Amino acid sequence: MRDLDELGDANVKYLTETIILAVGAFLALLGAAFAHDRLFESHMWVLFFVLLGATILMVRHITFAPASPALPSHAGDGYFDEVIKYGVIATVFWGVVGFLIGVVVAAQLAFPDLNIEPWLNFGRVRPLHTSAVIFAFCGNALIATSFYVVQRTSRARLFGGNLGWFVFWGYQLFIIMAATGYLLGITQGREYAEPEWYVDIWLTIVWVAYLIVFLGTIMTRKEPHIYVANWFFLAFIVTVAMLHIVNNLAVPVSFLGVKSYSAFSGVQDALTQWWYGHNAVGFFLTAGFLGMMYYFVPKQVNRPVYSYRLSIIHFWALIFMYIWAGPHHLHYTALPDWAQTLGMVFSIMLWMPSWGGMINGLMTLQGAWDKIRTDPIVRMMVMAIAFYGMATFEGPMMSIKSVNSLSHYTDWTIGHVHSGALGWNGLITFGAVYFLVPKLWKRERLYSIRMVNWHFWLATLGIVVYAAVMWVAGIQQGLMWREYDEQGFLVYSFAETIAAMFPYYVLRAVGGGLFLLGALIMAYNVTMTILGYQRDEAPIPGATPALQPAE
Amino acid sequence: METYTAMRHFADSWALLAMTLFFLAVVAFVFRPGARKAAERAAEIPLKED
Repeated sequence: MRDLDELGDANVKYLTETIILAVGAFLALLGAAFAHDRLFESHMWVLFFVLLGATILMVRHITFAPASPALPSHAGDGYFDEVIKYGVIATVFWGVVGFLIGVVVAAQLAFPDLNIEPWLNFGRVRPLHTSAVIFAFCGNALIATSFYVVQRTSRARLFGGNLGWFVFWGYQLFIIMAATGYLLGITQGREYAEPEWYVDIWLTIVWVAYLIVFLGTIMTRKEPHIYVANWFFLAFIVTVAMLHIVNNLAVPVSFLGVKSYSAFSGVQDALTQWWYGHNAVGFFLTAGFLGMMYYFVPKQVNRPVYSYRLSIIHFWALIFMYIWAGPHHLHYTALPDWAQTLGMVFSIMLWMPSWGGMINGLMTLQGAWDKIRTDPIVRMMVMAIAFYGMATFEGPMMSIKSVNSLSHYTDWTIGHVHSGALGWNGLITFGAVYFLVPKLWKRERLYSIRMVNWHFWLATLGIVVYAAVMWVAGIQQGLMWREYDEQGFLVYSFAETIAAMFPYYVLRAVGGGLFLLGALIMAYNVTMTILGYQRDEAPIPGATPALQPAE
Repeated sequence: METYTAMRHFADSWALLAMTLFFLAVVAFVFRPGARKAAERAAEIPLKED
């Protein structure tokens, strides 16, 4: 009897989770068996094997330990940091994967023979690249940093217990399903919203859990004021939920098939898509990352933000204006002219809050400018903010209709996106990762500060090469497309404009390659730090404060 | 009127006006007397923890 009592008291860890995974795997098997079409069948097989693998992993982890001992994640300073560690590793991993795929697609454009049919042609690998960098790399960075920041600035443990784990693993499942779907050829054909209806529903569930965890932590905070970084993170979570749901309103042809049809049609569908697309940039890649900026820059330079009041105005101005700017993606289309002009005007006005935020970030260094010279992590963050400023000046300029008539559909747009994505999102994330890794794993310092310096220069050089080449390519492309002879005929055929792009496309792959190389150095540096090594190296000159003679 | 058109009109008129007024109220709130002190305290929040 005593044995039975003990078993009754035993804390069976992860039993429910394991059962849910097993049931999920079984449902995926049924989905594959009764699939309406071949693509759904293939995708359900992928899901089945992923969930089966996860179930087996969990079964190996089930323990019948006595009830009392605290879980490791509950130990320490009372914060739930275990999931953030996973998030940081996932960020670095998906970053390297996403940048690698980017270099591959860049090479495919220069050398079309690299299109390997059917799974690895440009049309399928391109959304794989965009989703890998935006949703996998940036998304994991946002989830990890928001969990870190909200706990520290609320002085409260992450709300919801294991719900944090669900958000992390659920989001990885979304990434796997989206990525494999693209390679199989499953797509809604909506930019940055390519996953089909069933993957969208899954993301909605995960996102609601994310909102509960984040909002719950804020509601149970011990700090009376909600720090501005949390406002940005919250705006990001809420708005992305709204955008995702509205843009993916669709009717599936069959509940066991991949195909669905949008609830909107024609130009309204296009406007909904670009209302989503632009605000995905505005809230996923801007608001969330500004949340990072408002926490990690003050932490790294050990100074409060330059103007807290400016940060509040920055917040409200940014979120109210971004919502209107989407129509600039549809200049000179069937979209009504007034809507195009509305989008243009709001895009130009958006320049002001963007630069307000940039000034606020940069001026936080006031009185500590020497740190740019002595601390490569600060340098990375400052360069990120500088690229934020450049991209948010270029964007409004490109939204002006007359400029857009030259730039639209050319590689200038691609260059613009990358100076924002690689420069702003990439560098600020790298800065946050370098800040977080020693803190989370309780290491004295990073494995190597000098490698951060290498990463900084490789990344910056890569972005500059990329953006400069795309400017030249895009403007040349735009000018060639609109070149008429005196009789009114187009001077260049479309194929000629593509052939002219070859040197630029090769150089772009080189720029992307430099950026990837920097990321690989980061992956090595982070791995060695986690493993507990310290590289024997000379400190950065000036980093250790030299003794000053008394004045 | 079609739902889409109705919502679009609402967004372009009353919603835009409401957002503008809300924003002006935020600006007024931020510059209220005594806001500087409160802002300086709030700015210190990240530096208080580890």
